[in-house]
Amino acid sequence: MVVCHLVKKQTYFDSVTLMLIGSQVKKLDGIKNAVVGMCTDYNIDSLKRLDMYRPDFDGLTPNDLIICIMGNDKTTAEAGIAEVEKRLNSRKQAGGGNAELPPSTQEEAARRLPGANVVLISVPGEYAAREAELALNQGRHVMLFSDNVSIEEELKLKTLGSSKELLVMGPDCGTAIINGTPLAFSNAVRRGDIGLVAASGTGLQEVTSTIHRLGCGISQAIGVGGRDLSEKIGGRMTIMATRALAEDPATRVIVLISKPPAASVLKPLFAEFKNIKKSVVVYFIGADPKIIEEQGFVAARNLEDAAIQACNLSSGGKHKPEMSDAEIATLAGKHKVPAGNLRSLYSGGTLCDEAQRVLQPILGEVSSNTPVKGCLEMADVYKSTGHCIIDLGDDNFTRGKAHPMIDPDYRSERMHQELSDASVGIICFDVVLGYGSHPDMAGEMVAAIRRGQKSSGKKPILAACICGTTDDPQGYQQQKSQLEEAGVVVFPTNVAMVKFAQHCLERK
Amino acid sequence: MSRLAEFFGQKIKVINLGIPGFAEDLKKQGIENIHTEWRPPAGGNKKIQALLARVDAWQSQVKAAKGAR
Repeated sequence: MVVCHLVKKQTYFDSVTLMLIGSQVKKLDGIKNAVVGMCTDYNIDSLKRLDMYRPDFDGLTPNDLIICIMGNDKTTAEAGIAEVEKRLNSRKQAGGGNAELPPSTQEEAARRLPGANVVLISVPGEYAAREAELALNQGRHVMLFSDNVSIEEELKLKTLGSSKELLVMGPDCGTAIINGTPLAFSNAVRRGDIGLVAASGTGLQEVTSTIHRLGCGISQAIGVGGRDLSEKIGGRMTIMATRALAEDPATRVIVLISKPPAASVLKPLFAEFKNIKKSVVVYFIGADPKIIEEQGFVAARNLEDAAIQACNLSSGGKHKPEMSDAEIATLAGKHKVPAGNLRSLYSGGTLCDEAQRVLQPILGEVSSNTPVKGCLEMADVYKSTGHCIIDLGDDNFTRGKAHPMIDPDYRSERMHQELSDASVGIICFDVVLGYGSHPDMAGEMVAAIRRGQKSSGKKPILAACICGTTDDPQGYQQQKSQLEEAGVVVFPTNVAMVKFAQHCLERK
Repeated sequence: MSRLAEFFGQKIKVINLGIPGFAEDLKKQGIENIHTEWRPPAGGNKKIQALLARVDAWQSQVKAAKGAR
């Protein structure tokens, strides 16, 4: 093996672009490994661990780009470097095209776009709070996609935001639809009178997409970040956002989706809701719905149910699940179930959580890398045993790699691994559409399934749910057809897919 | 009406810092936005960044003190 490298001083690219290019080049013939990244402490550690570090990297800074390729021989490794450069250049051209050079700071951008009212921040976590504070001080709302922002910094930002009545969506907030515009990872959802506040990214995507497919629409979908309802943050953004939705003339129904709040937050939150003269639907993931109903609010049983309840209140109609329990049972009856284990490969964290909560009481022993109460922690997240429900978007799988909604590489590899396991009877997975997501996730998963089936000869039941709308850029019907042609049973919601798996596994 | 509820009736204009794809998606939707070729401040020098953070904190304190007067 030969390692070749190239350092480009003072050349900065965002980590997602670099990780995706590294992952694509790694697939080329003769390339054993590829590290393409800024010279951060993490990337330096990775290079040392992979035995690709060189002493002349000493003294480089996070503004310097390193391309390191391990290949079968020097020619292959050098060709790998040339390929990375080619892809980086085309990336630069795609982003450019303007006669004027792009701004390099937020201040300069603000001068060039007078009246800017939202700042979308996805820079590395260590720098994110500074940019967010700057935005708030200039009177702009913030969507903080970045993770690795401390809870102390979050508290400081949300205290500042609340004092100025400015949104601080995040940190680690992937989804929001503000004033009709999807930001980051969000679906194309029609406008309507349902306003949502959520401390769950894929939870928000699942509910807003279902609302759209049921024929209703949304006024706002405000992500607040997973820690907003913790004791320390005190639900600052949730309370501010619901108060504004209560005043908003375009909103008739308010929906809240979150893990159960800290006990100290629950009381003021309910007190706030009691002042609202609009219908309120609440889904506290995994909590007893009685605590919500006792307070006089509508409690949802799952994400799909949250959408149905909201649509019923919005249109006065009687909306039903897109696939009834009877239809799911009939569909399951048509499949000859090979005895075996369940393997669920999720890119959406809340969907993984929802599946565990439904299936664990039925299956008994279920393992996960993100276990909910009653489930077991996987001994080795890279190797499944028994029934496993896995969140591939969790930190274990995304250190130094892009999220599985963008980069299907590891999930494809894992699909192959599960298909090669003789103990597997059914494999479930999600396909999340919308802005920000991979342009053809169904195609990638089908290719992985075909490769896996060819080499293993195994054909367990395959089931997928599509989180998306017919207006999403990927094309809902086209994604669905690709999966169906490959023999995958496709469901409109996660809970429908999970019920199907339950029927299959109960019958075995 | 609160400032936030008033904002719900407005068009959004976005400054994007970080992943360029987010700005490209906004452009496809016809949303006014500007992408920033952001890079770590102070050339990535951690010592200078720490000093800048202290200056930021000092400026916040001055602002807060002025506001309290």
